[in-house]
Amino acid sequence: MSAKTRDLPAVLQLEETRRIIARHKAWDRAFGVLGLVALIGALLVFATLLGEMLKNGAAHLSYDFFTSFPSRRAANAGILSAWVGTTLVMLVTALVAVPLGVGAGIYLEEYAAKNLLTDIIEINVTNLAGVPSIIYGLLALGLFVYQFGLGQSIAAAGLTLALLILPVVIVATREAIRTIPQIIREAAYACGATKWQMVSHHILPYSLPGIMTGVIIGLARAIGETAPIITIGALTFIAFLPQSPFQSEAPFLNVEWLSAPFTVMPIQMFNWVSRPEADFQANAAAAGLVLLVMTLTMNAVAIWIRYHFRKRIKW
Amino acid sequence: MTTVSNTKLKAQASALNFYYGDYQALKNIDFPVEQNKVTALIGPSGCGKSTFLRCFNRMHDLYPNMRYEGQILLNPDGVNIIGPHVDPIEVRMRISMVFQKPNPFPKSIYENVAYGLRVRGERNRKIIDEKVEEALRNAALWNEAKDRLNDLAFNLSGGQQQRLCIARALATDPEILLFDEPTSALDPIATSRIEELIHELKEKVTILIVTHNMQQAARVSDYTAFMYLGEVVEFDNTNKIFTNPSSKLTEEYITGRFG
Repeated sequence: MSAKTRDLPAVLQLEETRRIIARHKAWDRAFGVLGLVALIGALLVFATLLGEMLKNGAAHLSYDFFTSFPSRRAANAGILSAWVGTTLVMLVTALVAVPLGVGAGIYLEEYAAKNLLTDIIEINVTNLAGVPSIIYGLLALGLFVYQFGLGQSIAAAGLTLALLILPVVIVATREAIRTIPQIIREAAYACGATKWQMVSHHILPYSLPGIMTGVIIGLARAIGETAPIITIGALTFIAFLPQSPFQSEAPFLNVEWLSAPFTVMPIQMFNWVSRPEADFQANAAAAGLVLLVMTLTMNAVAIWIRYHFRKRIKW
Repeated sequence: MTTVSNTKLKAQASALNFYYGDYQALKNIDFPVEQNKVTALIGPSGCGKSTFLRCFNRMHDLYPNMRYEGQILLNPDGVNIIGPHVDPIEVRMRISMVFQKPNPFPKSIYENVAYGLRVRGERNRKIIDEKVEEALRNAALWNEAKDRLNDLAFNLSGGQQQRLCIARALATDPEILLFDEPTSALDPIATSRIEELIHELKEKVTILIVTHNMQQAARVSDYTAFMYLGEVVEFDNTNKIFTNPSSKLTEEYITGRFG
């Protein structure tokens, strides 16, 4: 309170205090309104986008759309090769990124000594998450496609996207591990556990929900990536499926699909968008809807896992 | 100072120094732990009592830049448990610990108690069942927990959780049980149950307890050590410490004039 108000009689001082409170509350309200406007703005943009795609594409969504190969005639064209390609590429991405990312995260949190080197690694991992995806595409073109001779295959694409989401998985793993209180680690050690017992019995299971959330969010990002996949040379028109990973005779699994050429959802969309005919534009919108549903579903699963397990474990 | 006769000596710290980096947290400590007795460590915050306790199960080894000097001999075999060639895991398998804040694992009650056995590679379901029941009985939790062994441990109250942690520590038949301010996070009723328990447990196991609460030390312990600035100022029978301490400093602390 200023010197002026201190000299006033008690009743007037109270008046002055109320005026100050009212002024502060006005800022409260102003910020509330500002926040609401920002929120509505963001939602409107999303709603417009969704509405536009629904208007253009919904009519094209049919059973045939999912079971047909691309075609020169827009009405016959479908996304079979695209969604199968996306699924297989995501499978490779997950199989590579999860063990590498989780392993690296656990190592950095639980095993590595805290020193300058690990600090540098930590900063670099975080920065890698911000590298433009096309740079990963260039790296993959040189390394996977040419150096390793994988060619323009599902394996090359899966590895590329795995590299892309590796930082996301590592950071998510570390964040999840950090929420486990130190006294839980001490409790395990006090029972006579070795480091690996402590990690495998406690750290891994307790951080699993957080790790899974990170993995799914990473995959949801990878599923929409186009630039790195184009860079390594995915085909835009594929009218056949790779060989199935499953077979009827032993060993029941085969790996030939890994080296198959492929296309993925965003590339199929890109291909259709770049054609002049309006019907193909509508196909692109329909494919966009499917991709959007795929991504939103993955995010929803991530949110559900996080909510479901957080309810159970309160530290 | 009273000396403890050699035949009943469970452990003996001699010329023990401990350093965090350059900071010396424990200074030249000589300290006996008598078999099947409760020994209490009291002293103001930061005096090194927890640091001393954590030497006994090598908890310090989890953190970098620390150093032990001197020895803590553990009977009957007389191994120096802070010796550089002694595996901390082996020490922790012989000496269990109950922490300040109840820290059950987010697993079932049963799995919490069975954990020490699992770590030791025990797979026989029958043996584990028996040990879990015995430990829960010894921790005075069996009656409350027997019908809900598969419940998540977090569903227990704070006092029950702490008794669960005691059961977890007991399940592996430790030679010494360390308590690091085990009741500081509990209400008075839960506290008195834990104190009763400590009193009963000394039949089975040697107990070393750090406490902030002088009445607690007076109630539960047979011997008490008063620590100040990393040194043991006085070690004696609990009665003697609380009625007729030799050191002026001890007297000032237990009468509440500092700390």
